[in-house]
Amino acid sequence: MEDETKAPEEMERELEEMRECYRSGRTMEASWRKSQLKGLLRLLREREEEIFRALHQDLGKHPAEAYRDEIGSLIKSVNYALDGLKRWMSGNKAKLPRLALLTTAKILPEPLGLVLVISSWNFPIGLSLEPLIGALAAGNAVVLKPSELAPECSSLLANAIPHYLDDKAVKVIQGGPGIGERLLLQKWDKIFFTGSARIGRKVIAAAAEHLTPVTLELGGKCPAVIDTLSSSFDRKVAVQRVLGAKFSSSAGQICIGVDYVLVEKKFSSSLVELMKMMMKKMFGENPRESQSVARIVNKHHFLRLRSLLLDPLVKSSIVYGGSMDEESLFIEPTILMDPPLQAAIMMDEIFGPLLPIVTLNKIEDSIEFINSRPKPLAIYVFTKDEPLRRSMVSKTSSGSIVFNDAIVQCLVDTLPFGGIGESGMGRYHGKFSFDTFSHQKAVMRRSFLVDVWFRFPPWNDHKLQLFRSSYHYDYLGIVLTVLGLKRTNRASKGI
Amino acid sequence: MAGEDKKQQPFDSKAASSLVAELRGAFASGTTRSYQWRESQLRGLLRMTDEHEQDIVAALRSDLGKPELESVLYEAAMLRNSCKFALKELQRWMMPEKVKTSLTTFPSSAEIVSEPLGVVLIISAWNYPYLLSLDPVVGAIAAGNAVVLKPSEIAPATSALLAKLLGEYMDSSSIRVVEGAVPETTALLEQKWDKIFYTGNGRVGRIVMAAAAKHLTPVVLELGGKSPVVVDSGINLQIACRRIIVGKWGNNNGQACIASDYIITTKDLNELETFYGKNPLESKDLSRIVNSDHFTRLTKLLDEDKVSKKVVYGGERDPTKLQIAPTILLDVPRDSLIMNEEIFGPLLPILTVDKLEESFDIINSGAKPLAAYIFTNDKKLKEHFVNNVSAGGLVVNDTTVHLAVHALPFGGVGESGIGAYHGKFSFDAFSHKKAVVYRSFMGDAAIRYPPYTNGKLRLMKALLGGSILGILRALFGRS
Repeated sequence: MEDETKAPEEMERELEEMRECYRSGRTMEASWRKSQLKGLLRLLREREEEIFRALHQDLGKHPAEAYRDEIGSLIKSVNYALDGLKRWMSGNKAKLPRLALLTTAKILPEPLGLVLVISSWNFPIGLSLEPLIGALAAGNAVVLKPSELAPECSSLLANAIPHYLDDKAVKVIQGGPGIGERLLLQKWDKIFFTGSARIGRKVIAAAAEHLTPVTLELGGKCPAVIDTLSSSFDRKVAVQRVLGAKFSSSAGQICIGVDYVLVEKKFSSSLVELMKMMMKKMFGENPRESQSVARIVNKHHFLRLRSLLLDPLVKSSIVYGGSMDEESLFIEPTILMDPPLQAAIMMDEIFGPLLPIVTLNKIEDSIEFINSRPKPLAIYVFTKDEPLRRSMVSKTSSGSIVFNDAIVQCLVDTLPFGGIGESGMGRYHGKFSFDTFSHQKAVMRRSFLVDVWFRFPPWNDHKLQLFRSSYHYDYLGIVLTVLGLKRTNRASKGI
Repeated sequence: MAGEDKKQQPFDSKAASSLVAELRGAFASGTTRSYQWRESQLRGLLRMTDEHEQDIVAALRSDLGKPELESVLYEAAMLRNSCKFALKELQRWMMPEKVKTSLTTFPSSAEIVSEPLGVVLIISAWNYPYLLSLDPVVGAIAAGNAVVLKPSEIAPATSALLAKLLGEYMDSSSIRVVEGAVPETTALLEQKWDKIFYTGNGRVGRIVMAAAAKHLTPVVLELGGKSPVVVDSGINLQIACRRIIVGKWGNNNGQACIASDYIITTKDLNELETFYGKNPLESKDLSRIVNSDHFTRLTKLLDEDKVSKKVVYGGERDPTKLQIAPTILLDVPRDSLIMNEEIFGPLLPILTVDKLEESFDIINSGAKPLAAYIFTNDKKLKEHFVNNVSAGGLVVNDTTVHLAVHALPFGGVGESGIGAYHGKFSFDAFSHKKAVVYRSFMGDAAIRYPPYTNGKLRLMKALLGGSILGILRALFGRS
């Protein structure tokens, strides 16, 4: 990429110019923020075909998938931000006790300054622009570093953004790990990172040098717990949703996709039969020919996924699929039944179209199974059983938990989207995006007219008593003390 | 008890690791999650503070020479208030928050559930050692976590008192104190925590965050900075001065993170200095400097060549008693030491500018402070200040009082810190807000699933657009 060759001084100069631009106050104006958001909307509408092409080239995504997961979702988010912007910018009044006469308090959001957004390759447009919406709505200057593993999308963003957004305050810097490391050495007012935990650790370590706050959207092994469902309609819907969540979004290369399934032994074989039937419906007899399976992003990940199946015990657990084609970076949607729990496929985040099914004696055992592993970004539970629902919510911990569906939580603007523990820190989407790129400044205004005269030295018991009453909001006590009708604690104790 | 263990063997990595393992076991058992447990622990803190107020006052006097009224007010009373507020609101805080869902996920319902993070580490500071240790603990307990508290060794009497009292009043299966200095803190920082809450300076704050980075542990860092006071003309100078004075020297003799660090005013306000002269503070009403390191640091700031002649009030010091008198300096050069680090002591430099608007540039050219204050009656100036000065918190026509307002988040920005607490913000700081979505098996759209077709694409556009008309049109093949 061109930006790799940029000299360090040049990068620093560019960033300093951006900080100057921020300091000029331009990005704070509501009108600027609105114009940027509208610019994004125009970009998404006018460059739709180009985006479809880039996503198809980088990841083999069909336009329907691209629209559902990236463009459509972004349009919804921009509109939501435009709708809420004025309200969000005005902050909140803070309630004060009556003692605080002629005083007002408020929480006023302000931009952080110059922020860095590092995006991932699996939803290269979505994961670049969704944080950008928040950063711009909050009034910041932004540097976006898209993933080099999705090169067409990265180029598209680098070319298009200067035409639709304020190019003095919003820049795209392209490149690989080298550029990434150099960017991390700079001082930012916030870093927003989407990617793996391994790089996430590097990001927060670099941020620590400058006390820069970070949001890390990482990953994990998101389980789908499928209870034994009695209704065949429910079963079909559950299977459809699980398979859709696994295979139909970026071929499983999605942080909130279903990583593996947990099911009771007695239900497992009918579940697998149902799955096989559904797979044929979704992907046809020859999945490779179907337009509905995205590609693995590159050879490195293809080989990584292939090696997950090399272990003979894992290979022998394949009950559907398993074919691969290195040249076209295609992996067939594959189902495995009870691969060994120590195998890599059950230890690492799969991030691909391989679906292990783990059988348990009782479905309640899934709680312990999940809790003995790192906290995932999401947990999906398909059940109609109320007690099981309640247990899952209160006894497991994850970024989010969804009942009877998967992935859809990311479409709900009113819900925070983020991880916990190894799956991340911080959150965004909807107003949470605005908040994550803002500083919530406490502002208190007092009058000269009223003061609590006993605030000031010299100190004595009388003042102490007045303070005690004040802190207890004991208004009567204050009046009595002032009138000399209430003895101080000390006096009454005879000290 | 952790305090006693220290005397027997060093608190090293191994000890830290088994402490964390023990607390994880306690947390996993679910004890700390119940409303009853949280309520009982908060009541314990309240009782502890009530029943031992004199011990607290004595410890603070030993550590800092803190006047009794300051100890009672700024430490005991504030902590009590914190507990009471949490007790009052706890049930409400613990309830899930229902949120609206839209057509895109119809039919569905959703809520945000607060859950504890797990086992958290709280590292406290020396200047308000009782309050700054326990105020975060209030939040951690209210949110249902197991807690390890590491009080500051620079306030040893308070540290020992906390270890003793928390051992007596709190559930020691889930709440522990580890006393010690750098080696013990390092051992603690090597462990994996679910959150680390640190109050102190930026240098150590970086060390804490770097240690947390290894385990992807989120942090709250309550740091400091140079909190400026901008003083305009045309105001009630007497009230302004009293508020500045009490906010500076009435707060641990200036050793407070939100104390006024320096004043910026216009040249025609030199009367300020004579006014301070009329408000002598009794020496027994003032804290001493905490230790000789800080005493040396502060005298160095005072004795720097370019600054030593600028003292217009005070300047006396007593190294044996570690006391420095309230001192005011006028027109110190911007590049002096005293203007380039957080003073954290009883020295108050005054900078003069030609036009007050210049003060905003001065403030914004430095690191963002924890607090910034302005005294003015000029509405335009007030708005300009509020909208353009970035700091943790701002107060117009007073200093430091925002600390006591539960409804305001207390925290820094940039160099002055990450995260916030107080009131519900404490509960939130120690909670994970989990998104929960409930869907039924009904209401599915075939367009979600492969095989993908252009027809599905049209429908999808309409559905995500959320308009009924759009959906109908797409269904009838018209978009």
